[in-house]
Amino acid sequence: MHIYLPIAEVSVNAFLLLGLGGMVGILSGMFGVGGGFLMTPLLFFIGIPPAVAVATEANQIVASSFSGVLAHFRRKTVDLKMGTVLLTGGLIGAALGVVVFNYLKSLGQVDLLVTLCYVVFLGIIGSLMFIESLRALRKAKKGGAAPAKRRQRGWVHSMPFKMRFRTSGLYISVIPPAVVGLSVGVLSAIMGVGGGFIMVPAMIYLLGMPTKVVVGTSLFQIIFVTAFTTMLHATTNYTVDIVLAVLLLVGGVVGAQIGTVIGSRMPAEQLRVLLAALVLVVCGKLALDLLLEPSELYSLGNSGGH
Amino acid sequence: MLRYVFAALCLFSLPAAADEEQVVLGLSQDRVAITADFDGSEILIFGAIKRETPIPPGPPVAVIVAVAGPSEPVTVRRKERKLGIWVNTDSVLVDLAPSFYAVATSEPLDQILTDTEDLRHRISIERAIRSVGAAMHIRGAQDFADAVIRIRESEQLYSIRENTVAVDEQTLFRTSIDMPADLTEGDYSARIFLTRGGEVVSQYETTIDVRKVGLERFLYNMSRQQPVWYGLMSLVIAIAAGWGASTAFRLLREN
Repeated sequence: MHIYLPIAEVSVNAFLLLGLGGMVGILSGMFGVGGGFLMTPLLFFIGIPPAVAVATEANQIVASSFSGVLAHFRRKTVDLKMGTVLLTGGLIGAALGVVVFNYLKSLGQVDLLVTLCYVVFLGIIGSLMFIESLRALRKAKKGGAAPAKRRQRGWVHSMPFKMRFRTSGLYISVIPPAVVGLSVGVLSAIMGVGGGFIMVPAMIYLLGMPTKVVVGTSLFQIIFVTAFTTMLHATTNYTVDIVLAVLLLVGGVVGAQIGTVIGSRMPAEQLRVLLAALVLVVCGKLALDLLLEPSELYSLGNSGGH
Repeated sequence: MLRYVFAALCLFSLPAAADEEQVVLGLSQDRVAITADFDGSEILIFGAIKRETPIPPGPPVAVIVAVAGPSEPVTVRRKERKLGIWVNTDSVLVDLAPSFYAVATSEPLDQILTDTEDLRHRISIERAIRSVGAAMHIRGAQDFADAVIRIRESEQLYSIRENTVAVDEQTLFRTSIDMPADLTEGDYSARIFLTRGGEVVSQYETTIDVRKVGLERFLYNMSRQQPVWYGLMSLVIAIAAGWGASTAFRLLREN
């Protein structure tokens, strides 16, 4: 069944959208990532104009994260205080990101920037996570009860403005989480993603938060940052397609629920290997697109606005 | 008095009616409504050639039907390999390119239309696109206009369908134009040309109104006219759906 999207002005198969939403939703629930880093490129592939894909994806992430975060609230795995600090940084970052995005758009280099961002960030984070979690898996297999090495207490812990985050069991400066939030905000505005795939590792490795609360807390921050991004796009570029968003999220929310259940039943280390592998696959695909000669060297852009 | 006015009107309208052959046109529909389940449309274009005089001698009449969507400028970018990766480098603004363009002819176009006439009436796809502003310093500026055609042809937005206009007895003609699902809104022009020996002897133009209707119309208007409310509404709908599905799923599992 085809459906005509009023803002995107293209006609697509409704079941394809539902399926995409469901698939990405499962991953979103499992890993606590918004899924935008998968969904946004997928929407490009099925012919949604990039500007609409990015804006609508932000709207869809709000919904899929909302059902996810509710599930985490019930299990009390959301650090609200930490979430608020991350969020404050995130909102400032998103506003900055939109400025950068619009500047590069005027230069016609947005696609390149977005792809390069993906390749660099997904590449670094994917490899780090993959190596780290493989090592942890091997250790767990060998030693059985090998004591997990305590997070390093380096510069993160010697900064001023310390605050106690009870849920995470941390007493650290607010500067690192605010900076993490800010960088994720910038990237989420530029790349059209929630930013969970960057925030989750940053929270684990940089802030030393327990894996248990990381997913819920990142979803909490993502909701507000993507809602803010949605409003920015809706009021400046008019590119939020609610029909597209609803179709994606109907699949997405159901998928996210299934994903949360799967995620809570799987050991955290295996979950991390899977996420790392997924991140590397997406990275490899995007890198190939940059390196191989494209079959069509020319591309059309609308010069009237976006 | 009225009679004189009428006579005067006849006199004034005479130059317009100088064509010996005129098109009388019918359309199966003069508006295309884009609804939520819009899946393309087929427009039947048919008509007759009206003559006050006998059929002129010489080559038989040929019919060209050209349907064009609203024209707008398009930026075309070309990728080049820089430092091992493919990057957009040169760009050219094609001043006017229709969002949709379909030409149907009764015979191969190059046999029934001379280049001069094509240039004058902008009938072939190549002529319908204008890129006068193409910067001369860019190597192969024509390649950019060609790229617009190539890309839009692959998206089935541009097409030339030769031999698809049926002409009976040099008088009746009919054809159908397929419009794809990915249409943009606007006034589409349908032009009909009669040619003899490559020269355009008569032409006729009418408009096909392509509009979103119903929910599509409402959402589109709201997103442009009340963007703040539209954005908030999108968020509320999204969150309600997220919460609703979450609750429904939980209840389902608990039972």
